[in-house]
Formats: sequence, C-alpha cells, structure tokens
Amino acid sequence: MKYQDEFRDRHVVLGLAARIREHVAGRTEPMTFMEVCGTHTMSIYQYGLRTLLPPQVRLISGPGCPVCVTPNEYLDRAVALCRLPDVIVATFGDMVRVPGSTSSLQEERARGADIRIVYSPLDAVAIAARNPEKRVVFLGVGFETTAPAIGGSILAAKKQGLANYFVLAAHKTMPKPMGVLSADPELKIDGYICPAHVSTITGPEIYRFLAEEFHIPCVITGFEPADVMQGVEMLVRQVVAGESRVETQYSRVVRPEGNRKAQEVIREVFTPCDAPWRGIGVIPGSGLRIADAYAVFDAEKAIPVAVEETREHAGCLCGEILKGKAAPTDCPLFGGACTPESPVGACMVSSEGTCAAAYKYGQ
Amino acid sequence: MNKDLILLGHGSGGKLSHQLLDDLIIPTLSGIPLAGQNDAAVVEHGGQRLAFTTDSYVVDPIFFPGGNIGSLAVNGTVNDLAMMGARPLFISAGLIVEEGFSRTELAGILASMRGAADAAGVRIVTGDTKVVPRGKADRIFINTSGIGAVEHDFAINGANARAGDVVIINGTIGDHGIAVMAEREGLDLRTAIRSDCAALNDLVAEIIAAGGDAVHVLRDPTRGGVATTLKEIALQSDKTITLREETLPLNGAVKGVCSILGLDPLYVANEGKLLAVVAPEAAERVLTRIKGHRLGRDAAIIGHVAEGGGRVQMETAVGGMRAVEMLAGEQLPRIC
Repeated sequence: MKYQDEFRDRHVVLGLAARIREHVAGRTEPMTFMEVCGTHTMSIYQYGLRTLLPPQVRLISGPGCPVCVTPNEYLDRAVALCRLPDVIVATFGDMVRVPGSTSSLQEERARGADIRIVYSPLDAVAIAARNPEKRVVFLGVGFETTAPAIGGSILAAKKQGLANYFVLAAHKTMPKPMGVLSADPELKIDGYICPAHVSTITGPEIYRFLAEEFHIPCVITGFEPADVMQGVEMLVRQVVAGESRVETQYSRVVRPEGNRKAQEVIREVFTPCDAPWRGIGVIPGSGLRIADAYAVFDAEKAIPVAVEETREHAGCLCGEILKGKAAPTDCPLFGGACTPESPVGACMVSSEGTCAAAYKYGQ
Repeated sequence: MNKDLILLGHGSGGKLSHQLLDDLIIPTLSGIPLAGQNDAAVVEHGGQRLAFTTDSYVVDPIFFPGGNIGSLAVNGTVNDLAMMGARPLFISAGLIVEEGFSRTELAGILASMRGAADAAGVRIVTGDTKVVPRGKADRIFINTSGIGAVEHDFAINGANARAGDVVIINGTIGDHGIAVMAEREGLDLRTAIRSDCAALNDLVAEIIAAGGDAVHVLRDPTRGGVATTLKEIALQSDKTITLREETLPLNGAVKGVCSILGLDPLYVANEGKLLAVVAPEAAERVLTRIKGHRLGRDAAIIGHVAEGGGRVQMETAVGGMRAVEMLAGEQLPRIC
C-alpha cells in the first residue's frame, strides 16, 4: 500500500536502529524522549520498537491520549446527560468504556440509555436531523485534531437550522502541557516526539518555545514504525550535538503554516479557556470552549443537569503515568484490579492509552 | 463499577466473553474444563463419534457485501463442526423475527440458507419460528445447531497443539469484520471489501486427506479474530505460539481501513478462514493442498508452536517483539 508499506520496511527500520546505536555508542548517560501522542504510544508498542532501541535511549509516554486526559468530572456530566429521557449521546467509541466517578457510558447503555458510537461528528448531526424530538449531545473531546471537525459539525447544524444538536466540549490544545512538563524538575526530558496529527493542523511553530526556552529538541514525527525510528534518530542527533531545534520528520503531511482552513474553523467556533487535565491539573489557556456566538450548541449551557460529586479512584496512578513519572507497571492496580475489561483509570481504557498499550502488547 | 451488568463486550468473543463463560455459564451448566472447550462437542453414541454444536447470529446489518445473516448462520455452524474434523450432516434453524419485518427480505434470507446448506452438502432438517413484538428484537435473529460425523480415529481439538507444530491460515484476515463494519457505518471506502463468509468443510476434508493425524488443531477465527483464537489454542494446549507479522496475509483495502480507524486486523472477525496447527513434517504438504483449494489461494504459514504456557507473541514486521493478548471488550475506533 502506497505511503504505508514503505514506512513499515524492516530493512529501513533496522537500519535506523543501527544508526541510533552508532550515535549513542560509548555514552553511559541515558536520554529520555517523551512521545506526547497516544497514537505514537500504540505504534511503539504495536511494533515492539523499544526492543530495537539501545539501552541509552528511553521512551516515555506523555499526556497525548485525549480520553486519558479527560477528567472524571466531564464523564460524570456525560453520564448525567445520557440519563435524561430525551437525550441521545453520540460519541467516538473510546469514550464509552471510561469509568467516571460511579458509572460509565457503557454501563448506562446497558441500563437503557441511548448512546450511539459515531465515526464522525457529522454522523451525530445526521442523528439530530433524524430525531427532532430528541436532543443529541456529541462528546467533543480531543486536541487540535478533532476540534475542526467538531467545530464544523456545529456550523453544519447551524446551517441546517437544527435546534437539537449540542456539543459537550472538553477540547484541549497541545503545546501548553508540554511546557508544564518541561518545567517540572522531577522530569528530565531530553526530547519530544511531537504529535503528528496535531501538527498537521497547527504547523511546527507552536513547539518553538520548548526548543528555545527549555532547550529541548522537538521532532514532529509520523506514526509508522520507520517514522518513529527516524524521529528518534533525529532527536538523538540533536542531543549528541548539543542542539535544540524544532524539526519535522513528518514533512510529507505537515506544512509550515499548518492547515489554515481548519485553524479558521477553530477560531470561529471556539474560544481559548483554562482546562483541567487529568493528573496535571488546570493549565491556563490550554482548552477550547464553545464561543459565545454558538452558545445555543453548548450542552453545558443549554442542558442543565445535576452532576454527581466527582470521586477519584483510590490507588490509580493515571496522573503520574500521564506526566511520564510512572510506568504502567509501577501502578499497583495494573493488570490486577485494573484491566481493559474492568478498567479503573482512563489510561487502561483508550485504544491510545499507555496502560492499555502496555497491557495489550507489552506483557 | 457495577459488576452485575452484562455489557456488550461480554458478547465480543474476547476476554470478557471468556470471563463470563468461565465464571458463570460453564460452571453452572456443565463444568467442562478449558482443554475441552471447542467449537463443537464430540460425543460418542452407539460406537459412533458425533460432533454437535449451536450458535446464534445477531449480525447488523443483516445484508452485507459477500453474504447475509442466513448464509452466515449456515456456514458458521458448518464450520464449527468442520473444525472438529467432522463431516457436517444435519442442521436446525431457529428464527426469531421482529414484528413488521419484510416477508421479501425473509424469503431472501431463507433462500440464502438453503443455498449455503446445499453448497456445503448439509440438510436443514428441523427448525422453529417465533415472532416478537416490534422493538423486542433487531429485525431477525437466527440460531442454528448442527450434527456431524467424525470419521477418523484421531483427535483434532484446541488442546492438541504440540511444540514444533506450524500454524497455517487459509487466506487474508479481517475481511468479514471490515465488510460488515463498513456497511453498518456507511463508510464510503471507494473499494469493495467483501465478507469471506464460506463453508470450510470441503477444505477441511482436503486438509485431513493431506495431513491425517498430523493435523492437530483446526479453529475458525470468528469473533475476536486470529489473535483471540490463537490465545485460546495456546491456553488450551499450554504452549507458546510465535507469529511472524510479515507472513500474515492481509487484503490491502482492509489494511488501509484498519490503519485509518486504528483497528488491529488481528482482532477483526473472519467467517471463511481457518487456522490449522499441523506437525512440521506435514506442513508443506498441507499448505500445498490448501493453496490448491478455491478458499485457500492466499494461504500461508504464519507461526510456530513451542513449549511454554499459554502465551502468544509476535515478531513484528519491523523486527520487534510484542505480546498478543485476547480482545478486551469491543474493538473501537480511535479518536484521532
């Protein structure tokens, strides 16, 4: 398959592994690279890439799984909304299994709530058009990657004159948490494998402050195994040379200016806001709320509902894992009380979650 | 979390399904040990060995590229019998139809059942029909049971894999699951992915003719896909199975869809595929015979069996190693 098989070529990947080993030969101090995006995490586990890297190169996972960083409070609101008799909750599939404080959407579905898994937010708009007697709430989570499509769904609902389509927005934007982690004295990050899809929308400039203020090399990297290995090789080269620049390995997709049309949709429909990140806390300006001009589509404002008191799960290390301070196997619940079938924390739920990847591919 | 609720994932064929079977259904109903849990039961009566199986079909949509719920229900039960090395003979058909269902569509489904039965050389000899009020079923559910004759004196079952055996698959993986998902979700793929739905009994007869008692395990990787099925075999046989990813046959379009949606084809359902675990000395002979069959042109050796308990691992296409576990819950598309 064009643009896929070439990047899964064993000789290319093993060649890159050999070059990485050459770069670090003789070094005793390890270098730690954080892959921020959950899809990178899955790729690294799925292809067993860690087993190809020398011991001096350590990969840790960061806060880039959109489901994982969504706090319990949001899930509790989604659960409360789906219990309303005239509400249909439409969501990307990953969200249905995430446990909130006392329930999850899949449990509510088993009890009779109308919860539909969709592949595109426009599918949720279509559900609203077909069900005028119901209120359809789409769970708007994700980063810059999903925000344009969800913003587009609001514009489509407006164009169609739909009064029964709403978005429960919890969008987050990427570089700010990387700044928080870069400033954390407990974490010594030597380089970032920067997210591919997010960068496609934003362009590479958003990472410049990490390279300039924190002197951390950044490489925007694609998801195929050869992409990831080349991204690691580019980071290793920068570290060995004592440099810190933003480079784009994924240049076949990421343009310097990003995707202007998608950026326009985000600017039109959303407004930056402070946002709570699971495990990290509130990061000023790191979220997107629905702009006042589109408030009628904002589920939080338009559909008042009593939400239960948020409870955190005792013993769950999701927060530390999202910050790269703990590995999944450090968590006392991993593989015992917390498994993909019976998850305690979000990291075990999402197909992009670190714990799910470690459980599925790493044991 | 509420442990009392039955969730959709309990019917996925993956780990949750196994937990429900192991914790509740099997201990209550029969207590059959893990090694004895196969696609069909083999029972002896009057000096004859018979294979007996049952399965229910609740697929959505009921019509999909390459088949429909009727042909699926017949082929699925034929295959469950064939996987024990049995020659399928008789099938029952239980229909649960929702009030308001189209008589024309029902006629089409029944014609497909008859066609599939004729093609597989089995007879539908008994059945039952129930109609439930609108909203109490999703258009039509079908249950089929089947009886077949085991006409050889060796055992083919999931507990029979031995160190040194090779694992063969008869063709590309994931075609059925992706065809159904594409149809259900209205994905405009601009490429035709058809279900591989087919009766495998004729192919199994060829495999047994070529391999005889060197054929140790046959299993069709339906729900839960190749990964879950191999994990079952590894656990039942208490062996380790190592797969080589680059040998896994995969249709280009299926590979593309899985990549876009973030699905792993190893966990996607198949309805016309079988995994054969065969002694090494017979492997090439069996593979050649499978490749000569119309349902086996893309057959390949995809892995090997070694000593060690209940593990499946994979050497990835790029040379790394990773574990292969059962499907956990439903397989869901990723967010971004």
